[in-house]
Amino acid sequence: MSKSHVTTTINGEAAEFLCETQQTLLDVLRDVVGLTGAKEGCASGDCGACSVLIDGTLVCSCLVLGVEAEGKSITTIEGIAQGDHLHPIQQKFLEHAALQCGFCTPGLIVATKALLDENPNPTETEARYWLAGNLCRCTGYDKVIRAVMDAAAVMRGETV
Amino acid sequence: MNYISSDLKVVGTRPIRPDGVDKVTGRAIFAADTRASGMLWGKILRSPHAHARIVSIDTSKAEALKGVYAVVTSKDFPEIASEEAFVGEGPMNFRDLSDNIMARGKALYEGHAIAAVAATTAAIADEALALIDVTYEVLPHVIDVDEAMQPGAPVLHADMFTAGVNPKPATPSNIAKVVTFKKGDIDAGFAEADVIFEDSYTTKPVHQAYIEPHACLATYAPDGQVTIHASSQGHFMIRAYTAKLLGIDMAQIRVNPAEIGGGFGGKTLIYLEPVAVALSRKSGKSVKMQMTREEVFRGSGPTSGASVTVKLGAKKDGTIVAAQQVLKFQAGAYAGSPIGPGCMCGFAMYDIPNIDVLGYDVVSNRPKVAAYRAPGAPISSFAVECAVDDLARKLGIDPLVIREKNAAVNGTKTHYGPTHSNIGFTQVLEATRAHPHWKAPLKEGHGRGLAVGFWFNIGGESSATVHINEDGTVMVATGSPDIGGSRASMGMMAAEVLGIPVSKVKAIVADTASIGFTFLTGGSRVTFATGMAVTQATEKVVDQLKARAAATWDIPVDAVEWKDGKAYPAGTNAGAFEPLDLAAIALKQGRTGGPINAEVSVNAQGAGAGFGAHICDVAVDKETGKVDIIRYTAIQDVGKAIHPSYVEGQIQGGAAQGIGWALSEEYIYNAKGQMDNPGFLDYRCPVASDLPMIEAVLVEVPNPRHPFGARGVGEVPIVPPMAAISNAIKGAIGLRMPDLPMSPPKIRAAVDAAG
Repeated sequence: MSKSHVTTTINGEAAEFLCETQQTLLDVLRDVVGLTGAKEGCASGDCGACSVLIDGTLVCSCLVLGVEAEGKSITTIEGIAQGDHLHPIQQKFLEHAALQCGFCTPGLIVATKALLDENPNPTETEARYWLAGNLCRCTGYDKVIRAVMDAAAVMRGETV
Repeated sequence: MNYISSDLKVVGTRPIRPDGVDKVTGRAIFAADTRASGMLWGKILRSPHAHARIVSIDTSKAEALKGVYAVVTSKDFPEIASEEAFVGEGPMNFRDLSDNIMARGKALYEGHAIAAVAATTAAIADEALALIDVTYEVLPHVIDVDEAMQPGAPVLHADMFTAGVNPKPATPSNIAKVVTFKKGDIDAGFAEADVIFEDSYTTKPVHQAYIEPHACLATYAPDGQVTIHASSQGHFMIRAYTAKLLGIDMAQIRVNPAEIGGGFGGKTLIYLEPVAVALSRKSGKSVKMQMTREEVFRGSGPTSGASVTVKLGAKKDGTIVAAQQVLKFQAGAYAGSPIGPGCMCGFAMYDIPNIDVLGYDVVSNRPKVAAYRAPGAPISSFAVECAVDDLARKLGIDPLVIREKNAAVNGTKTHYGPTHSNIGFTQVLEATRAHPHWKAPLKEGHGRGLAVGFWFNIGGESSATVHINEDGTVMVATGSPDIGGSRASMGMMAAEVLGIPVSKVKAIVADTASIGFTFLTGGSRVTFATGMAVTQATEKVVDQLKARAAATWDIPVDAVEWKDGKAYPAGTNAGAFEPLDLAAIALKQGRTGGPINAEVSVNAQGAGAGFGAHICDVAVDKETGKVDIIRYTAIQDVGKAIHPSYVEGQIQGGAAQGIGWALSEEYIYNAKGQMDNPGFLDYRCPVASDLPMIEAVLVEVPNPRHPFGARGVGEVPIVPPMAAISNAIKGAIGLRMPDLPMSPPKIRAAVDAAG
């Protein structure tokens, strides 16, 4: 089977790859492009560990085909920090100990970025419903939600 | 040395964990992220039948497919004699494990591995699996534990004669083992009771549901050397099982611990590694394997489901004088449910003079169970803590008062043998009584539940090395996979002993060739046992640092004192020298005697039991049957919190898993014995919107057997939630929900039945 050529943008950089038409974006990112930050937890869109942004929209990359990246801009966990400068969401996840095993963390951080880009001042309930698509089995979400609310406050310029 | 009464500068603070940045930036390498040049993808063919004889397996078409390099079946694994394995958490037999990773003769559950292939791509491997012809003779199956115990039930193993009964039974059955614990005289106890309460309870198997599926990368080199990268709770466990199952010397196997994406006990067994090595040996190439989520559910171990009865006898004043429990645990397809801990933990919170516990370990056509957080205790305690609550109601006594009145204290002899010592249960109950949640008024229609829980915690074998780098920074290596932040606490304990900032210490997890034997991460043992090894290794390093300073100053070593990261002359008699700091000694270590380092291995004893109490408020929607957790507080004796954030995290995470077990999680089987809900959509773990904040209250009653007073914390928090929620629901709607999960259909049915 011949492969498709895809021209796209990944984490702000022009990128090209060849993929089979049935390959998911998650498999392409991990196995073709070599970005293994997005994780496969279920491959059915239920756990959110593979969350990425496509033109700013939060998706499960296991439910998107690689060829659908054509002409789009993809943001993965590897593109959240600016160089060695962590994004406030990443910093707050660290400070609040909002991760234990860390496997769901890339997806949670990408999903949180999408939330705060759309709603800079979410209530706790809004944050909980937005992140309901990201399973975390270690933390019970308590410290995750605290990190998200604190990151939101920092991004609004209210605290540091 | 013991630091419990010391003025601590690092232990008890909340630094950022050393592996944190890697984990928030996507850099951390989990097993599925590993790659090798020219590697193949390995996949497993699994039985669609719950119970079937494997008549024949024809792999010729799969082998002929372009891109397929190897196909293996049980014929590629040596036959292993029945032998008890003391390698993982909980009972396991090497022969059973071999049989479990590749079925030999019979498929014993839907999802049982039948064959495996390795091919150049995952897609070709899948295609090859479809080309394997297996002829099955389908056999009658049994799923439910009570049915599996009935005479005439389909028998899984023709050689299973119940152990623990005398005389040995004449016929095989599905009852692998009977366990009993007795204390006092149970009949006399019930005879003196004023009130007797008795009820029956059931729990469903629930999966640990770590978000990372099992994965590994294995290479069998032409010279017989094996390299494995794997996600597990114990890379030494992987080495031991792989060596035994394939007949390879341990020295030939090096296992590298990848980051582990959750385990909760479920990664204390292995499924893939020996298969990947066998495929690599046959193909001459590296083989990568990773389970799908469906395979995780169908093919890896959940914990037991169970059927439990409890009978309690008490005096009018609430003193419990007799307690009896019968537990029937599903083991899955092979013997080895956590029936032992189940029998031990149910009544361990109480000082009861007469106790009788009877447990059954029962096989049925389900995946072999694996450890899950305090294995056995949550099931047992769910039943006991519901019964204690109903007994209190019957007596008209407050649920906290009945627990205070009967609470185990130092000196209480448990029914399973040990006498409680240095426990903090009294302090936990005091903190419960004092907590604002316990005193807060309840809203109309809400219910409040209380339950307590116990886990004995373990110690065991751990190794740690501490190296002083040339610039005075410090490396700490241990053999304990870091499942929830243990590298942070290991580094903190070393920094505390050295008297330096934790930022100067880097803690890592070393592979099986680079550190002494270390038992797996489980039983809440790492901070206790591995922490002890780290502390002792650091103390040896401090001794060396003092010796180097003594030599430099030409004074006796006992005239040198180590404080705040520096060597000082101990008093004016020792001489007047400027203090030598760690960096200064480190810089000259080559010239003053060579590298400064120490490795210590321990077999730690005296883990220190843990107790917790959970308070839960619920709202129950009688129309839909939905239960909402309104407020949740978990109080626990943690000994000493080395890194309080990760201690709180253990408690919050354990409570959340217990809430899932209570309300929504279960294996659902169809009439053919196939699991109907093998995905996260239908196997419903709690999500963020299902839960409130979970307040973790840390009670610190130091464990004198640990240098800093730590005791295990990870397992206790999953013990109380199910009963706390059932008790809260009873408070809200007046109905006892004795069967888990207390899901909307069950609540609806109970409400309807009550009229």
